Amino acid sequence: MAKKLMKGNEAIGEAAIAAGAINYFAYPITPQSEVAEYLCWRLPEVGGVFVQAESEVAVGNMLFGAAASGKRVFTTSSSPGISLMQEAISYMAGAHLPVVLVNIMRGGPGLGGILPAQSDYFQATKGGGHGDYHVIVLAPSSVQEAVDLTILAFDLADKYRTPVMIIGDGMIGQMMESVEFPEKYREQNVPDKIDWALTGAKGRKARITKSLFLDPEKLEINSFELAKRYEIIKKAEVRFELYKVSPKNKILITAYGTMARICQTAIDELDGEGISVGLFRPISLFPYPEKEIYKEAAKTNIKAVLDIEMSTGQMIEDVERCLKGIKPIEFYGRTGGIVPTPNEVKDKVREILKGEKPAPKKTRKKK
Amino acid sequence: MSYSASTIFKRPESLSTNITHYCPGCTHGIIHRLVAEALDELGLKDRAVGVAPVGCSVLIYNYFNVDFLEAPHGRAPALATGFKRVRPDMIVFTYQGDGDLASIGMGEIVHAANRGEKFTTIFVNNAIYGMTGGQMAPTTMPMQKTTTSPAGRDVNQAGYPIRMSELLSTLRTPSFIARGAVHTPMHVINTKKLIKKAFRLQKEEKCFSLVEVLSTCPTNWGIDPCKSTEWLAGNMVPYYPLGVYKDPEKEERHD
Repeated sequence: MAKKLMKGNEAIGEAAIAAGAINYFAYPITPQSEVAEYLCWRLPEVGGVFVQAESEVAVGNMLFGAAASGKRVFTTSSSPGISLMQEAISYMAGAHLPVVLVNIMRGGPGLGGILPAQSDYFQATKGGGHGDYHVIVLAPSSVQEAVDLTILAFDLADKYRTPVMIIGDGMIGQMMESVEFPEKYREQNVPDKIDWALTGAKGRKARITKSLFLDPEKLEINSFELAKRYEIIKKAEVRFELYKVSPKNKILITAYGTMARICQTAIDELDGEGISVGLFRPISLFPYPEKEIYKEAAKTNIKAVLDIEMSTGQMIEDVERCLKGIKPIEFYGRTGGIVPTPNEVKDKVREILKGEKPAPKKTRKKK
Repeated sequence: MSYSASTIFKRPESLSTNITHYCPGCTHGIIHRLVAEALDELGLKDRAVGVAPVGCSVLIYNYFNVDFLEAPHGRAPALATGFKRVRPDMIVFTYQGDGDLASIGMGEIVHAANRGEKFTTIFVNNAIYGMTGGQMAPTTMPMQKTTTSPAGRDVNQAGYPIRMSELLSTLRTPSFIARGAVHTPMHVINTKKLIKKAFRLQKEEKCFSLVEVLSTCPTNWGIDPCKSTEWLAGNMVPYYPLGVYKDPEKEERHD
């Protein structure tokens, strides 16, 4: 299919349709409202369902109800809205329902701001709602990757019967890039072929979609079943990308999403100065590429690992966990909607290599 | 004179044979049966999906032979919306108590009704939180004693009980809103008619429908089952008048 120039938010909406997901529930919130504005006319064209709910609490629970049908369902939102959906996400994880949620992150906490940030890493990867559960988390760094991962997200959700979250930042949602969609769009799931979907108890026992287990032994079984599934996911669904990783690297940068993209520019420019830096970009944030990042950081040429985020430091806790103290880990982050520039990344790399802090700015002494 | 045996009364197909966990004198069992009879008589069992609330009737799915979803507290109308929108060919109903629907789920029920979602809600109002042990509900009567209003509901602090049927019937969107009760056989029969009509309207793809059913909770009211029916008649019915509040088959004034 020919390439199209599209805004990230609209491309994500079209990608869902390409995946056969034509049931969408949403509530407006900046910086992702374009998804709803796109899908409100696009979904009726393909016979889909578009519902603007009264709140994100309702969105989450509409998804819960709709997902029980066995059809592919999804929503998009931004940080404060995703917080409101955590109730339903926990219930859907407990009830083993597939669903796709896209978080186009903005700065927080609280109402925060409307500019790009990566400050929902903890919420997404460590379980934002109550209970023993995880969701699969994927982080695109371009509009094309947002499209590809959106399609993948539906396959993973169905395969593992779990909520899957895409976390992009405001930049991914607002940026226009050329994208390509699959030649052939997927058909919608047929509920009758899914052995857990609620289709009416005709000629079979009634099915119940629930997360309540008053008997502690049964609740434990449910939790262990989920835990077992997460172990399978950890083995099978790790995704990451290396950029300019070579034996010449002295520093290995870890960054994801938009931040990784900016780091690539910094790495190219440093390369021109004869400073060799590699990039480790996790694409799946849960499961985290634990062994892979260890393997890259453990190489003898790597003197230090530099984690860069659009937050005050969240993914760094996973980097630290995986590296088990084998290498010094430095951090650079901006937040609140401020996106680090390639120059800031380069300065931080130079600072580490010099082993010293840049000279403090001269201040006029008081007489 | 010869007799031929014929069945004139039996368990509805939609009900399972499980024995309920409800307290003696609780009217959930009657209301479950009315829902099951309506589904059977309208031939809807095989394409019905229920949404269970949080509260005493969370385990309703154990007592029905129909597919069920279990909602977070108050969110049943959102789940029903989601399911019905993607499967408009199915018959969807929520079964909710007064804490669930009139307190934590107020937003969901009002907006579902206002969008005219084509599902049915059975709203069981017994003026108290049952499962959590008898706390004050938004529907608790003035001066009614509960575990969180031991001196009786103080309307200066908690406001007056919310009349959900009246509130929902103010919405412009066409719907069927009615209130029945189950404290006497006559009221049970009338409520059955309301519930059946609610499901019929859904079957005909007409509108959102809600039947509020005044119900007893002897355990948490602290009075025996017979006196509970008297308490309902004497205290609840005057404040929550029975009847049809909104009917798409009758003309309405919109001036």
